[in-house]
Amino acid sequence: MKTFARLLAATMLVTGLASAAGAKTLVYCSEGSPENFNPQINTTGTSFDAARPVFNQLVEFEPGTTKIRPALAESWVVSPDGLEVTFNLRKGVKFHSSKTFKPTRDFNADDVLFSFNRMWKEDNPYHKVSGGAYDYFNDMEMPTLLKSIDKIDDHTVKFTLTKPNAPFLANLGMDFATIFSAEYADVMLKAGKPETIDQQPIGTGPFTFVAYQKDAVIRFKAFPDFWGPKAKIDDLVYAITKDPTARWAKLQKNECQVMIGPNPADLPAMGKDENVNLLSQPGLNIAYLSFNVTKPPFDKKEVRQALTMAIDQATIIKDVYGGAGQAAKNFIPPTIWGYNDAIEPYKYDPAKAKEMLKAAGVAEGFESDLWWMPVTRPYNPNAKRIAELMQADFEKVGIKTHLVSYEWGEYRKRLQAGEHQMGQLGWSGDNGDPDNFFFLLGCEGARPGGQNLSKWCNKDFEALFQKAKSTFDVAERTKLYEQMQVIAHEEAPVFNMAHSIVYEPIRKNVTNYKVSPLGRREFAEVGLD
Amino acid sequence: MFSFIIRRVLLVIPTFLAIAFLTFVAIRLVPGDPVEARTGERGISPERLAHFRHELGLDQPVWKQFLDYLWQIAHGDFGTSISTQTPILTEFTTLFPATLELAICAMLFATILGIPAGVIAATRRGTYIDYTLMGAALTGFSMPIFWWGLLLILFFSVDLGWTPVSGRIDLLYYFEPVTGFMLIDSWLSSEEGAFASAVSHLILPTIVLGTIPLATIARMTRSAMLEILGEDYVRTARAKGLSPFRVVGIHALRNALIPVVTVIGLQVGALMAGAVLTEYIFSWPGIGSWLIESIQRRDYPVLQGGILLVSGIVIVINILVDLLYGVLNPRIRHAR
Repeated sequence: MKTFARLLAATMLVTGLASAAGAKTLVYCSEGSPENFNPQINTTGTSFDAARPVFNQLVEFEPGTTKIRPALAESWVVSPDGLEVTFNLRKGVKFHSSKTFKPTRDFNADDVLFSFNRMWKEDNPYHKVSGGAYDYFNDMEMPTLLKSIDKIDDHTVKFTLTKPNAPFLANLGMDFATIFSAEYADVMLKAGKPETIDQQPIGTGPFTFVAYQKDAVIRFKAFPDFWGPKAKIDDLVYAITKDPTARWAKLQKNECQVMIGPNPADLPAMGKDENVNLLSQPGLNIAYLSFNVTKPPFDKKEVRQALTMAIDQATIIKDVYGGAGQAAKNFIPPTIWGYNDAIEPYKYDPAKAKEMLKAAGVAEGFESDLWWMPVTRPYNPNAKRIAELMQADFEKVGIKTHLVSYEWGEYRKRLQAGEHQMGQLGWSGDNGDPDNFFFLLGCEGARPGGQNLSKWCNKDFEALFQKAKSTFDVAERTKLYEQMQVIAHEEAPVFNMAHSIVYEPIRKNVTNYKVSPLGRREFAEVGLD
Repeated sequence: MFSFIIRRVLLVIPTFLAIAFLTFVAIRLVPGDPVEARTGERGISPERLAHFRHELGLDQPVWKQFLDYLWQIAHGDFGTSISTQTPILTEFTTLFPATLELAICAMLFATILGIPAGVIAATRRGTYIDYTLMGAALTGFSMPIFWWGLLLILFFSVDLGWTPVSGRIDLLYYFEPVTGFMLIDSWLSSEEGAFASAVSHLILPTIVLGTIPLATIARMTRSAMLEILGEDYVRTARAKGLSPFRVVGIHALRNALIPVVTVIGLQVGALMAGAVLTEYIFSWPGIGSWLIESIQRRDYPVLQGGILLVSGIVIVINILVDLLYGVLNPRIRHAR
C-alpha cells in the first residue's frame, strides 16, 4: 500500500512537472503600470494594452491592419440614410469568472447597453465610478453623434445617430468601446464595491485576468471558453520594465519574448542578434508644421509652397529621427487605407523657393515666429532641434524666424487659438480611419480654439471630407480621400514632416506576432515555438 | 532621556507642516494640472476642463485647498490618486515594502563592507591598501547610479548570465504577497527555488543602491578611526599590552562609530533619492518610480501624500539614530 502511494505521488509529481514545463508562457516586457483595467476611462496606450487581452468590442481591427472585422457583433446593417446601425450580436459568448463573480448568463444586448450608457448617461449608477472621465468617448464626439441605443431583442442592438457617420464603425473598434458584463456590474454595485469592475476585469476576451502587482507584473491565463480561435499560449505575462535598456537586456536573456519601445541606440544590435526579429512599421502618426493662413503672408498658397520647398526634410529625418522616422508627403501615414501614393512630394529647392517668394511679392523676405513643443512625442523626438534646423533653412531664403515655446498645455491652447504664424504639432491616430486625421484640416476645426491649427478652410476639401464622412462604402471613401490629398498637397496648409517608425523586437520563437499600425500590443493569435 | 524624546517628537510637527506646505505649493507651481496632463494633442474643451477641475476641487483658492488638505491629513486620510483612483495609503503600503527591503539590503551591504574597509584603511594608513580602498571609495562615491546599474546589468546579467536582469523574483513563481517583503514571502511560499530567485534578484540592485553609502561610510570610518587612533587612551591601551584587535576593534572602533552612525542616519535620505533611479533601472516596484510618475501626471494627492509619508519615515529614522547615538556615547546621554 505504501509503495503504491509513493508510486502515485511520484507519478503525480512527474505529470505535474510535465504539465508545468509544457505550459507555454509568453512574457511581454511592457513599459509601465496601467491606471486601471477599464479602457473606457483610460487614456494611455499602456493601460489599453493591459486591458486588451481580457476584453472585446462589437467590432475589432484585424491584427496588423486598420481594417474592421466582426467581433462581439457578428454582422451589422446600416440603414439607407446612414442614420441607423443595427448589430446582430454573437450568441453563446461566455464571460470570464473570478473569485468574486461567476456569470450566470451569456453575453447579450444588456451588456452593450450597460457599457455605452455608463459613459453616456449621467444617471447611470456607474457614470461617476473611478473618476468618471470618459475622454475618448467624448473626444470621438459620441455624445453628439448618438441619438439612442436600443435593445431590439437579446441579440440585436440598434444605434441611432444624429447624422450619418462612416467612421462610427471604426470608433466602435477602439478600446473605449469595450463591452463589460452588466451582471458583474450589478453584483459589485450591490456589494457596495462598484470600482472593482475597473480593477479586476471580467470580459469575454481570449485571456482571463489573474493578478496584477503594481509596477511589477500583470498575469493572464488563456480562457478555454473563448468564442474565437483559442489562444496558442497558456499564460500571458506582462513584465513591467520601465527602462528600455533593461527591457532589451531581458529580451536578450529570454526573460521576455516581446518588448515595447526599444532605445534607438540599441537598434543596430537588435538587427544583428540571431535570436531576435526586429519588426518595424511606420507609426499611425504625423508630425507637421502648420502655417497659420489667417496671418499674411501665409494666406498666400505660393508662400506656403515655397516654405515647404525651403525645408531640408531629408536632413531632419536623418539628424533628428535617426533610423526611426520616414519622410511624410501626405497628412495620413501610408499604413492607412486611402493613402494617395501618387502624390509627388515637394523637392527641397531653396533657389526655387526664393523665386516663388519673389513672385508672391515677398522678395525682401519677412519675419515670423516658429513654435516648437516642449515635450517629446511619439511622432517627434526633438521639436526644438527641428525648429533650429528649419530656422537655418528659412534663413537661406530670407525669412527670419524666432523660436517660441510654452508649457505643453499652454502651447496646445495657444496654437489652437491661432496665436502662431508657424507651429509644430502632430497627431497619433485613434482608429485607423482617414477621417480621424483629416478632421484636423477641416473647416469645423478652423474656428479659434479648434484643432485645425492652420485655420485653413477650403470649400472643395471640406465638401469631399463631409461626403466621405457620410459614405459607408470603403472603396468610394478611398477615392474621396485621395482627391482630398491632392487638394491638401496643392494648398499646403501644413508642411507634412514625418511619420515615426515603430520598432518591436521579438524573440524568433514567437509566431504570428504582428506589429499593429494602431500602436497596440495584441496577443490573441500569437504563439510560441 | 525621556524629555529629549518628547522634544524631538514635538519638533516633528512643524517639520511635517513645512513639508506638507512646500510639496503642496511646489507641485502647483509647476505649469499644467492633473486634468490637462492626461490629454494629448487634442487638448480638452474649456467646459470639460472646468468640470473636472471642479470635481477635483482645483477651482478653489489654493489656501483653502491647503487647509482642506491639512484637515484631511489630520483625520488620517491621505487622499486618493487621481489617475488610479486608489487610496494613497493603499498604494504606499503596497509599494513601500519593496523599497524598504532594497534599502535595508543596500544599507547592510554598505555597512558590513564599509566599516571594515574604513578600519583597514585607517590602520594601514599610507600603504597601498589604504590608497586602493580610498581610491575605490572615491570612485564609488562619484559613480552615476544610472550608468553603474546598466553597466552591471550588461556585464553580469547579459554577458555572464550570472544574475537576472530585473524584477524581484522569477516570473515563474507566483504567490500572494503576505508581508510585501519578497525574501520573507518567497521563504513562506515554500516553493522550491523561490527564495534563491528572490536573493539573486536582489544582488545587483543592492550593490547599485549601496555603492554610494558604502563609499561614504568607508571614508567616514577611516577618518574617524584615524582621529581616535591618535588619542591618548588608545596609546595607553596599546601600552597596557592589549592585543591590536582589542585596541582597534573594541576601544577605538566604538568611539569611531559615533560619527559613522550619524552618517548612516543621514544616508537614509540619500538612499531614498538613489532608490528612485535604482528602482527604475531594475524594474523594482517601489515608491521611487511611483513618485516620479505622479509628477509627470500631476497627480497631486500621490505626490503630496507620498512625500509626506516618506519624510515621516526619514524623520523617524533620524530620531532612532539620535537615540542610538546616546546608546553608543554615554556622555551624550548624561549630558541630556
